[in-house]
Amino acid sequence: MMPERELKKRSSASRQDEGDVAASAGAPPEAATAARQGERIKADLDDLLDEIDEVLEDNAEEFIRGYVQKGGE
Amino acid sequence: MAIAKICGTETEYGLRMLPPGDHNPVSISSLLVSSYVDEVQRQIDWDFEDESPGNDARGFSLESAMAPAVEAHLLNAVLANGSRYYVDHAHPELSTPECTDALELVRYDKAGEAILRRSMDAARRVLHEGASIVVYKNNSDGKGNSYGCHENYLMARSVPFAQIVHHVVPHFVSRQIFTGAGKIGSEARWWDRAEQAPHFQISQRADFFEEIVGLETTLKRPIVNTRDEPHADPQRYRRLHVIVGDANLSEVSTYLKVASTAIVLAMIEDGFFGEMDLTVENPVQAMHDVSADLELAKSFRLVSGRTVTALGIQWELLQLAKKYAAERGLDCVGGEERGSDALARWERTLELLEQDPSSLSRQLDWVAKLELLEAYRDRTGASWQDRRLAMLDLQYHDLRPERSLFARLDMERLTSDEDVDRAVREPPRGTRAWFRGTCLSRWPTQIVSANWDSLVFDVGSDPLRRVPMMDPLKGTADQVGALVAQAATPAELLRLLSE
Repeated sequence: MMPERELKKRSSASRQDEGDVAASAGAPPEAATAARQGERIKADLDDLLDEIDEVLEDNAEEFIRGYVQKGGE
Repeated sequence: MAIAKICGTETEYGLRMLPPGDHNPVSISSLLVSSYVDEVQRQIDWDFEDESPGNDARGFSLESAMAPAVEAHLLNAVLANGSRYYVDHAHPELSTPECTDALELVRYDKAGEAILRRSMDAARRVLHEGASIVVYKNNSDGKGNSYGCHENYLMARSVPFAQIVHHVVPHFVSRQIFTGAGKIGSEARWWDRAEQAPHFQISQRADFFEEIVGLETTLKRPIVNTRDEPHADPQRYRRLHVIVGDANLSEVSTYLKVASTAIVLAMIEDGFFGEMDLTVENPVQAMHDVSADLELAKSFRLVSGRTVTALGIQWELLQLAKKYAAERGLDCVGGEERGSDALARWERTLELLEQDPSSLSRQLDWVAKLELLEAYRDRTGASWQDRRLAMLDLQYHDLRPERSLFARLDMERLTSDEDVDRAVREPPRGTRAWFRGTCLSRWPTQIVSANWDSLVFDVGSDPLRRVPMMDPLKGTADQVGALVAQAATPAELLRLLSE
């Protein structure tokens, strides 16, 4: 568990840095903001994928096969 | 003017016991609920006297509908925040208290998740070392079994049911574009060949809808459910029981789902549609097509002869809603401020969906999940059939903080952690849920049973005293707060109430 938590912290720290850069550049036009936001989201996804193997259940094949629910409602 | 669109959700959660084994889902559900209740709160027995889920809004009663007595033996608790937490079929289910507007409901829907999360922790302390129960907030196991996230809205009984069906179906068919929670593949039987089925679709639930109107909720599900069980004065009120929605983790998705639907229903109640007719020629087919159309480009025919897209229908509903707001006001959906915010959010969402749906990847569940899956595919080359992709899909909905992919996506919030924590402990202030929750907090041992529309007190002398709450708008903090504060005992409360 410990390494996961550290990774997560690091990714939120890098988000923070980017936010500061955006702030110091003044108020950019809307299109540029959107583009920057898109880049930031991509970077976040990259961070998540870097650690994805630690987060995903070990045996996906077996786990998915075993996830059977009764209908409800 | 339409009556207040009091609203709530009831969510059935998916379950997994670890380590895997031959576990009975009813037992696991019961253990989960009871662990929480035992640990946090004394269980209050649910009073079934006024329950009749077999009553049909069209005016007849279905003999085969499940009698409430069948589930009466299952675990059932009313919580201090006014919600109901119980075992329904083979799932833990949490019904939020009655809320006055969409934003308040988002807080209580999230409080529901928090309660399930605390239940997982409580169960782990009861189970033997290494065993745990995992809870998922989704609607399907990917193998053709579905469980629901239902919404409820208070409506005036005077509105003909046919009018509701007529105008709400186009909304239910098209609102998926912002309410969908996304899912890999299809569980429907109607694709002639497997390769025609979508590799990913917008809604978890669309596959399971086969009729336009009906009483069923477990098979041949209808787009409009006719269950007529108002839990309130049946002469004045109807509770519209909506079963088409997905269980959303995104706060924005839940907010838009509830706010847009409440406004559409208010407009129906006030006869505001006038000559506007968006009746879809084949709503069931359109429902499936909209869910499978990730480009939001496919159009379908209306009975009027026009062809429209889901986005097109949503734009027309939004324009009508803006006109409604200007002419009639938004008191019935939580007031001008809340209502205007919802309309603005609805409009912005439609604009962005039109320009580029991927720009909503921090707002909408299906967009967030699709983007995550695409990024994973780019990196690994995994095919859509790859089990690791199915694992990502399932884990998006995992409520364990260390496994939840939703929790790692930094989605836009409409609530704060403090809001949600308060909603776990306290009832909404603007409905009868306030009276229910507050009395349960103050006199937990002297309330022998509770229901949506009644509380039964044991005041120490026979007989038990039943307090009916047939009006969801009565029993608010403003109305009875001072009185409840003044009463030192339930006996005194009852005396003050009867004065």
